[in-house]
Amino acid sequence: MAQMTYAEAIRDGMRVEMQRDPNVILYGEDVGLFGGCFGVTAGLLQEFGPERVIDTPITETAIVGSAVGAAAAGLRPIAEVMFVDFMGVCMDELLNQAAKMRYMFGGKARLPLVVRTPCGAGMSAAAQHSQSLEALFTHIPGLKVVMPSDPADAKGLMVAAIKDDNPVIYIEHKQLLNVSGEVPEGEYLVPLSQAEIKREGSDVTIVAWSWMVSKALAAAEILAKEGINAEVLDPRTLVPLDKEAILKSVGKTGKLVIVHEAVRTNGFGAEIAAIVADEGFDLLDAPIKRVTAPDTPIPFAPVLESAYLPNEEKIVKAVKELF
Amino acid sequence: MELTKEKLLSMYRTMVRIRTFELKVAELFAAGKVPGFVHLYVGEEAVATGVCANLTDQDYITSTHRGHGHLIAKGGQTKLMMAEIFGRATGYCKGKGGSMHIADVGLGILGANGIVGAGQPIATGAGLACKYKKTNRVVACFFGDGASNRGTFHEALNMASIWKLPVIYVAENNMYGISNYQRNHMNVADIADRAAAYGIPGVAVDGNDVVAVYEAAAEAVARARKGDGPSLIECKTWRHRGHFEGDPAIYKNPEEQAAWLKKDPIPRLEAKLLDLKYATQADLDQVQAEATAEIEEAVKFAESSPIPSADDVLTDVYAD
Repeated sequence: MAQMTYAEAIRDGMRVEMQRDPNVILYGEDVGLFGGCFGVTAGLLQEFGPERVIDTPITETAIVGSAVGAAAAGLRPIAEVMFVDFMGVCMDELLNQAAKMRYMFGGKARLPLVVRTPCGAGMSAAAQHSQSLEALFTHIPGLKVVMPSDPADAKGLMVAAIKDDNPVIYIEHKQLLNVSGEVPEGEYLVPLSQAEIKREGSDVTIVAWSWMVSKALAAAEILAKEGINAEVLDPRTLVPLDKEAILKSVGKTGKLVIVHEAVRTNGFGAEIAAIVADEGFDLLDAPIKRVTAPDTPIPFAPVLESAYLPNEEKIVKAVKELF
Repeated sequence: MELTKEKLLSMYRTMVRIRTFELKVAELFAAGKVPGFVHLYVGEEAVATGVCANLTDQDYITSTHRGHGHLIAKGGQTKLMMAEIFGRATGYCKGKGGSMHIADVGLGILGANGIVGAGQPIATGAGLACKYKKTNRVVACFFGDGASNRGTFHEALNMASIWKLPVIYVAENNMYGISNYQRNHMNVADIADRAAAYGIPGVAVDGNDVVAVYEAAAEAVARARKGDGPSLIECKTWRHRGHFEGDPAIYKNPEEQAAWLKKDPIPRLEAKLLDLKYATQADLDQVQAEATAEIEEAVKFAESSPIPSADDVLTDVYAD
């Protein structure tokens, strides 16, 4: 095990796969010389050269669209889109091309591509650089959606995403990039579609992902002092979702609180709530609660942004309403 | 460039096969035998044929919503295409794609595409793969005049230009973006002029003259294979029919339509073949007879093929 930040772990996952498979290439805006807007790709240009680590023009449509073509023609591209907010510029390439080619071609295409993109608020970057847009991608069959919450998962899920023969949207959180943790060295893979219990508990299940896992864990510590033993479950991959793990945990605790940073309406939490209501209604001893951002764009002023974000206090309050 | 008799005859056969396929699809559509909607290539056969005559099975193409001609010119099988248009399980896409999404990835055909301009970045990415793998393969990217107004056009050509990717961008200028005449949707007479913005060669050719298309494509393909980067070829052509089958095309000027019909690429090549004594009228009739038989066979294959199993709605979403 090595101590690494989340950013270093993502880079290590890419490095391991680039060393193993010469068909893996990385490209995007400023990923080479600059090392990526958040430093995630630092050093990879020096290690793998400009044929494999390629600085692109500011041209998200062509970055993602060309990744689709490169994947169809035999490479395994990792395309970086500098902020998830910019995905709007390449939505056709994701929703009409990457996601559908295999199906529309009757299963005769493989599109092994990864689109890496950072999400999340907390930097006073306002509404065009702070969003959590995972629900958009989960609504499009054909895409897989991955959101790691700690350094070990960041590496293991990156390796799995690169090895996967499908288009994977890999969403990293800006607030986690400098968080350190133990990360296995060398080849290390976390299978897609496998949730993890980040904290065992018996009284309530809190499902959270990405940055919100740390908020849920902090809330669980506060709750523990008050005699409520919360289980924190991180799905890690939203599509395909490990719903059995969620149902199993709710079966154990009888209560469910879902926490996500994205806005409330049609957030992925609504899908999880619907699955549990549909397939696990008998498991529930209380209504399902969601702790989310409000349905507003993300404000700039720190006090407003802080009010916008879910946090441990809001999670604790939601949990207590169930008891 | 002096084209051999064999090359000219081969291109003639391809054009006749495309025309025959398309007119049969029109007939089937009118008879209510095929679902969905279809966009036919009638009148534009010289473009796909002239470009693809320069390609090998290893090269790639991206196509458009008007894709049947590209697929046939690149070597796609008409019976699998017809079965797909009928929505049969034996079709190229097992009935999941239909007319607008036919693909044969093994033959380098990265798909017809229902989104105008979407093929441009995909072709660029395939070009990136060709260059990276040093395979000496090239990519031909077909798109219409309307697609040259999309952002994808700018982004794809810019990217291919800076990275010197082996892509031949082929603008099929049939003068109409659906119903909107060229003068109303762009302020340049030649799409080829737009190449200057990316520092790559741009040439406008008579897209109804298969020899002119072939020669322009030959130069662009040679340039791409040498590693000198992309080119833009604008082929000026005309779709004889509406944007889609059932479109009465009231936006077309009848005199202009009549003038263009006189420039139909197939009779033009026939005249050339007869003039050069590369073929007799009987030879040409034979080509047509063979094409007719082939397409009849394709229709029989499609009509006698099984429809997909309803269970198949769930398969092919993800690769294992």
